[in-house]
Amino acid sequence: MSLPNDPHAHSHDHGHDHHDDHDDAAHGSLRDYVTGFILSVILTAIPFWLVMGKVFADPGVTTLVILGFAAVQIVVHMVYFLHMNPRSEGGWNMLAMIFTTVMVVIILAGSMWVMYHMNANMMPVSPHDMRNMP
Amino acid sequence: MSDAITSPAGPGQANEFYDLAGHHHPQQGTLLGFWIYLMSDLLIFAALFAVYGVLGRSYAAGPGGADLFDLELVAVNTALLLLSSITYGFAMLSMQQRKVGGVLVWLAITGLFGLGFLGIELYEFSHLVQQGAGPQRSAFLSSFFALVGTHGLHVTFGIIWLAVLMVQVGKYGLGPENRRRLMCLSMFWHFLDVVWIGVFTFVYLMGVL
Repeated sequence: MSLPNDPHAHSHDHGHDHHDDHDDAAHGSLRDYVTGFILSVILTAIPFWLVMGKVFADPGVTTLVILGFAAVQIVVHMVYFLHMNPRSEGGWNMLAMIFTTVMVVIILAGSMWVMYHMNANMMPVSPHDMRNMP
Repeated sequence: MSDAITSPAGPGQANEFYDLAGHHHPQQGTLLGFWIYLMSDLLIFAALFAVYGVLGRSYAAGPGGADLFDLELVAVNTALLLLSSITYGFAMLSMQQRKVGGVLVWLAITGLFGLGFLGIELYEFSHLVQQGAGPQRSAFLSSFFALVGTHGLHVTFGIIWLAVLMVQVGKYGLGPENRRRLMCLSMFWHFLDVVWIGVFTFVYLMGVL
């Protein structure tokens, strides 16, 4: 992109070195890791206990609750272990993640929704019919 | 490209939009690039999760999750992966203090937790196959093996990468290159833990309900 004798390239390199150290310092502390670990132990233990101890009689309730815990734990991991914040990498990290999250939601919700309706609305096909398919 | 940008306003007269000094550049292009790789990897997992979501109850008159999954084993596995996450964090903290020995020790511990995780997963898989619940048994089991197997494969490659990095750090110390590599592996490792949250919730816990 820039020639070797380009003055910008030089200053750019300097910028890199500088940022390198800066980034290092901003890359999580003991406190962050321990907080994240304790939170995720709690957030993991509760869903396992809910399912293994059969705390709720209704599986639907359990499903919703453990999905909620998973969502919170994912955020905890993002913040405390992956050091996600709106400022890292000039905001591009966050932007890429938001985009991917939207894609993931569309893929998951879309496939399950469509396939559920396919299942529910297709005419039943017997093995005999299937064998005579063109 | 920089010439084309500088010509209208002249060098130095920084237009707000064009960042000539590099202040607003991504701090480290590699880390951003690696993050984008991880996001694309997440899409692979999203597709596999979607497949499992659609096929996860198609047992073909075979065994279901409640018959097959041993939650205590999964709990141990989850604990191992979680512990490996924090030990990798400790390796990063040692890296910040430029302690080569500390980094190597914590990386080794992380690797052992990772190997323990893989060992338990392989035991689980072989147990399932022995019971006649291999990937060919039903759509549920095919999608289960595809999803959990892909995660396990990622962990395998993470461990190989970790071993290679330990050799690198032992040989060349903690220069900027190795620090950058350690940060990339850190993201990869924590990312696998994030995916595992989805796996144990969506596959194992919801599978036995």
